[in-house]
Amino acid sequence: MQSQEEIYQKVSATLVEALNVEEEEIKPTATLQGDLGAESIDFLDIVFRLEREFGIKIPRNELFPESIFQGDPEFVLNGKVTQKGLDELRQKMPFADLAKFEQNPDLTAISDLFTVDMITKYIETKLATKV
Amino acid sequence: MRWIWIDRFLKFEHGKTARAVKKLSLAEDYFEQHLPGYPIMPACFILEGLAQTGGILVGEANDFKEKVVLAKITSARFQREAIAGETLLYDVELVTLRPEGASIVGKVYAIPPGVTAGEPSGTPIGEAEIFFAHLDQSRSQQLFGDHNFVFSGELKHLLGLAKASAQRTEGAS
Repeated sequence: MQSQEEIYQKVSATLVEALNVEEEEIKPTATLQGDLGAESIDFLDIVFRLEREFGIKIPRNELFPESIFQGDPEFVLNGKVTQKGLDELRQKMPFADLAKFEQNPDLTAISDLFTVDMITKYIETKLATKV
Repeated sequence: MRWIWIDRFLKFEHGKTARAVKKLSLAEDYFEQHLPGYPIMPACFILEGLAQTGGILVGEANDFKEKVVLAKITSARFQREAIAGETLLYDVELVTLRPEGASIVGKVYAIPPGVTAGEPSGTPIGEAEIFFAHLDQSRSQQLFGDHNFVFSGELKHLLGLAKASAQRTEGAS
């Protein structure tokens, strides 16, 4: 069983390769798009690499769900994610830390949920349930 | 000038590896300007050759049903220039293939004039990791229809050429 630190180190190395960033830029709280400059195609690259690195299968939309709300007004109202939307997020991304987002659930800030820490937690869960 | 940057496949293993050859002729247009008096192949064209070799490997893996587009060159390193008169060998390995896309790693070897090309030897003059995306099936159909504009003609025919050539060799032996 790999420790959280080992997983974090491997996730960091993966991001350094996929995003061509310096290791010093990688922090648990670093956001993939905002801080590390990831673009949409990079998410797929990261998924490929994580699968190889950890020997796991990452189904489409599991780690990085695309268009979670599909423009549903029950989930998003006036650019803010509703309580129901937050519940949906919690269910779809149980590994994401929603604490900060909940204070100001602006839809545009949703990409800030994709952090280095989120990937690490996801991998931990994935490895723990790996048969 | 046609946008085709490999001459022939030398090896092709479905879903695994491919090797293509490209001979650099001084008659090619780009040598005139790049560079006057010192004809070296621009590295971006070397990458294009590698991407075409890899792209066909990726496309063939799904029987050319997907529209394979170059999405990202994750890394590329060159050790030296490729000079007119040399033969380039593009060795490509499929690393990942998924419904959404694929990634390959490729090495480029330069064979000096007078040496028989076939097996790469020595250090590669360049290496790259290339990432391809399959255009979203439903969206690309709306935009482009059923026609596969990536593998419409020459790129796909290159494989047929390689097969025909292999059959001739087998028939002769």
